[in-house]
Amino acid sequence: MLNKSSAGFKFGFQILAIVAALIFTTVVMLLAKAPPLEAFKLIFTGSVGSTGKISDVIVAWIPLLLATSGLLLTFAAGLWNIGIEGQITLGAIFTTWALRLLQDTSLSPTLIILIGFLAGILGGMIWASLTGLLKIYGGVNEIFGGLGLNFVATALTIWLIFGPWKRPGVGSMSGTVPFDNLLWLPQVEGLRMSWWSLGIGLIGIAIVYLILQGTYFGLRLKAVGKNGRAAFVIGIPTGKYMMSAFFICGAFAGLAGATQVLAVYHRLIPAISSGYGFLGLMVAMLINYQALWAAPVALFFAALNIGSIQLPIVLKLDSTLSGVLQGALVLFVLMMDGVRRRLTAKKVK
Amino acid sequence: MNVELVHIHKSFGVVHANNDISISIKSGVIQGILGENGAGKSTLMKVLSGFIQADSGDILLDGKAVRINTPSDAIRHGIGMLHQDPLDFPPMKIVDNMLIGHDGGLFPNRREVSKSLKELQAQFGFNLDPETYVDSLTVGERQQLEILRLLWLGARVLILDEPTTGISASQKEKLFETLKKLAEQGMVIIFVSHKLEDVEGLCHKIAVFRQGSLVGETAPPYNTDNLVEMMFGKVISLDEKTRLENCEPAMEISNLSIEDNRIQIRNANLTVNCGEVIGLAGMEGSGQRQFLRALAGLMRPVGGDLRLSGKRLTGKPYHSFQDAGISYVPASRMEEGLIPGLSITEHFILSEDQSGFFIDREKAVTISRERINTFNIKGEPVTRVEALSGGNQQRALLAMLRTPLRLLLLEHPTRGLDIESSIWIWSQLKDRCKQKTCIVFISADLEEVLHYSDRILVFYNGKVSQPLDAAATTVDQLGQLIGGKGFQC
Repeated sequence: MLNKSSAGFKFGFQILAIVAALIFTTVVMLLAKAPPLEAFKLIFTGSVGSTGKISDVIVAWIPLLLATSGLLLTFAAGLWNIGIEGQITLGAIFTTWALRLLQDTSLSPTLIILIGFLAGILGGMIWASLTGLLKIYGGVNEIFGGLGLNFVATALTIWLIFGPWKRPGVGSMSGTVPFDNLLWLPQVEGLRMSWWSLGIGLIGIAIVYLILQGTYFGLRLKAVGKNGRAAFVIGIPTGKYMMSAFFICGAFAGLAGATQVLAVYHRLIPAISSGYGFLGLMVAMLINYQALWAAPVALFFAALNIGSIQLPIVLKLDSTLSGVLQGALVLFVLMMDGVRRRLTAKKVK
Repeated sequence: MNVELVHIHKSFGVVHANNDISISIKSGVIQGILGENGAGKSTLMKVLSGFIQADSGDILLDGKAVRINTPSDAIRHGIGMLHQDPLDFPPMKIVDNMLIGHDGGLFPNRREVSKSLKELQAQFGFNLDPETYVDSLTVGERQQLEILRLLWLGARVLILDEPTTGISASQKEKLFETLKKLAEQGMVIIFVSHKLEDVEGLCHKIAVFRQGSLVGETAPPYNTDNLVEMMFGKVISLDEKTRLENCEPAMEISNLSIEDNRIQIRNANLTVNCGEVIGLAGMEGSGQRQFLRALAGLMRPVGGDLRLSGKRLTGKPYHSFQDAGISYVPASRMEEGLIPGLSITEHFILSEDQSGFFIDREKAVTISRERINTFNIKGEPVTRVEALSGGNQQRALLAMLRTPLRLLLLEHPTRGLDIESSIWIWSQLKDRCKQKTCIVFISADLEEVLHYSDRILVFYNGKVSQPLDAAATTVDQLGQLIGGKGFQC
């Protein structure tokens, strides 16, 4: 007899969930009259098939990891920071703004890049604080507030690209004028990735892990998230802690936006957040909010994203297929967890 | 319709909320269900009205066994329940409230509903306009609406859970008149209450519940003393009562007025001396909880003053109360006291002052082990609080309290605990008193109130009695006061 509360039992269910997600995606492909094996193979070779591909995966991994890191803190405080997309966008806008202001000055490029990062962090924090203020002092659920602010952020980007920051002549969906090479975060020779941004991403998740594991601050955040009323009675100022969670998550999101500008696109483009905020929500749910798993799972999701880029070219499939697989994974893992809980609960009874 | 409940059992975890309850009610009878909070009255009524299912036992209607799985099953069998908090939809019109829960095809016939509503109203002298919105009604009117709705849906058995809470005297009179009329028409009325005068004045017979069991049934003429004794049970012998030499006044409460949407307390006065224990007695919802939460700083009073050793605390935020040395231990341990998902050690860390940025886990575990030993908690430092039994959760809560404390506020400190744990917890509390902490506590257990308090305040419907000397008060006197008999303030 298998012990139903054992770790093995739990692991078995997770494997089952992954298999179910793969089957589900396969069925979707069969319905779309696409060859599933071919598609999975393409995703695989498209993500780890060459050094260039691997570097691209890492480029996608960094903002996703930063977003996930920030979200782990808001989730710890029991908050659904859907507004993270807007926070990434505002980070990118602030970075672009700082760079545009400073690019013609005599400041050293290193300093400008540094200021660009700080501006991005500030932008993300401001945007997150709006959601937080609405939630804590206005009684607006953070999901609604965040969602609304996402739309505002998108509109702001479009306005800037086609308005004040448009290219000479006429504005274009390809974004603002690219910055000078000197203002790019140094990249690895011949590849798109940068050791610097990789470092930022890894240090970021390490900090979040430390905060949640070993600090008073992290423990109190968890207390607020798990039972706000009791936390308040114990003496934790719950509003202040929720606000801090928003601030820090906003900082991480802004950092992700800054990285997108400084290390990837070198300009402001319309969908600069690339959906990494929403994807980060899925990663956080999939890893059950355990910081230890954020890096590997985010890497896997980034690989799926990059791997599926080839699908439209080779198989005439839309690249959103990776989204189907990612979504199915999260759904099935959550579902299987529910099934497992039911089974174990029955046994206890 | 005759209603019979046969050998009903219902447990929630380790709590046996209904232990082998059998009761039979004939058509046309107003049946009183009396008992203190947690006695199992509401559980039984929820079983009958389909909100929950019994673990075992049968429900017979006119001698036929029926299965009632949902409230809509219940109303199909003619059983309707009027909840303590009206289950209506305030932002909607009366007529729409009637239609909700009614099977009537895709397009509801509003006009017909209004007509039958008027006919029903005429019978009982109610006067509700079908076109008004529910949120403009008083609690009493919402009750009338709920009665009409259940009758219109075909209820032949009407269950009322604490219906006299929050309505005016004239509305109460009208309600009783209506209930008597309905009983004359052959309906079964089940009237659940903890108010002695209400059940005595209305019911044809009274069933008394205590700790999940049906203690007995009585018929008029009622003997109040007898009912009180049945409700609260026999005297249990406790350890020797120790009284402390009181010292200077610690907490001064003057003309305190508190208001929320359920209750109003006007001009309560009390001076608590240090080392003194004040018991707050009264049926749940009589205002004692609001009073205690105001002392804790969790509820802002609308008037009056709170002073701790001369320092004014009125209107200050909760953390100022905490800093002044006031601590509050809530009754709902898992909702307001402890944080599910966190371990015992983590709770101790949270309740301590922060030292540095990082937590010293090793030190925390050592302290945690010590306290687990001292407080005799059956658990490990890593045990999550939700895995502890109720008694151990209460011990953990007490172990989280800081030392020294000026004022300790407790809500039902021993509710749900066995006698041994209760005595142990009180020995800990008395030790605190020796260190000059004063204690104000709420309890539904009259023995506990009488035994451990130095003085007692009785709450009834928002009114506060003069402080009673616990040594000169008997269970019967207290029981009558709680039931509102001979209440003066």
